[in-house]
Amino acid sequence: MSDSPIAVEQHGPELLHHFVDTEQQRDAASLGMWLFLATEIMFFGGMFCAYLIYRYWYYNEFAAGSRSLDIWLGTVNTAVLICSSLTVALGVRAARMGKRKLLVILLLLTIVFGLAFLGIKGVEWYNKYTEHHIPGHSFNASDLEKPPYSRGGIDQQHEQIYFSLYFAMTGLHALHMIIGVGIFVFLTYCAWKGRYTPKYYTPIEMGGLYWHFVDIVWIYLFPLLYLIDRKPLR
Amino acid sequence: MSEHIMSSKFYYTIWIALLCLTVITAAVSFVDLGPFNTVVALVIATFKALLVVLFFMHVKYTSEKLTKMVIVAAIFWLFLLLALSMADYTTRLLS
Repeated sequence: MSDSPIAVEQHGPELLHHFVDTEQQRDAASLGMWLFLATEIMFFGGMFCAYLIYRYWYYNEFAAGSRSLDIWLGTVNTAVLICSSLTVALGVRAARMGKRKLLVILLLLTIVFGLAFLGIKGVEWYNKYTEHHIPGHSFNASDLEKPPYSRGGIDQQHEQIYFSLYFAMTGLHALHMIIGVGIFVFLTYCAWKGRYTPKYYTPIEMGGLYWHFVDIVWIYLFPLLYLIDRKPLR
Repeated sequence: MSEHIMSSKFYYTIWIALLCLTVITAAVSFVDLGPFNTVVALVIATFKALLVVLFFMHVKYTSEKLTKMVIVAAIFWLFLLLALSMADYTTRLLS
């Protein structure tokens, strides 16, 4: 450094020159990520709104459809996602402490949990396929138990709306999971290469925020789709 | 934020709480509470979401007020979307 009157602060390559310090840089990234998540909330919000309106209109069909879902697979999948959120949170912690190996292991575990979730989801979808519960030509909901308090049978058209929303919402969520797994494969590679240090772990933190968000979406999807009406039928 | 690093035990505690709430919400759904089944399910889901947002996503420990404002604004927009839509559909006679 020359003895120029303008003080040029020495900083590592992780700090972009238009930020004052790494803290400000991280805050900016975090704010941007949360803005993105806000748009995601509205993206899923449209679906939740459609769900709410149709559930209000066709409650009996929604209850019958909900009862046909496998609650055990749904509960296990919720637990799997919660485990993946734990490994992500521990991964961010490992990154901040500069534990490279631990970080890579935790990221890999997250990917495993993510794939397990998608696998179980695939099994559930396949079951719906064999039961003819996928909306379309071969849709047949005559096997569904009608809630005891409902007069008349189950309206096939209305039942298809429930399953359309079920597949649209879980499908959109699964798409986010697939993207999340892709992001985490990339993060694992970079972590393996040692690109993250206690001073620079922003990508891990941002990827983590995304993963937790997708987890939260499922935390709401689970009771809304699986637990509408599980009361024992009299 | 240079907030201090949480112990891993802290994260395990949150994780156990989330798992317990998952089991509780699945079990309670089999109990006949009338219309309160939905209420209980949503309260538990919101509590779980709060645990994730505050502790896993570190929102509780962020000193950046702008971030918190974005989160509150996002939830408020969602509330507007759902509440105003339902205000329309529940008060209109369609038949």
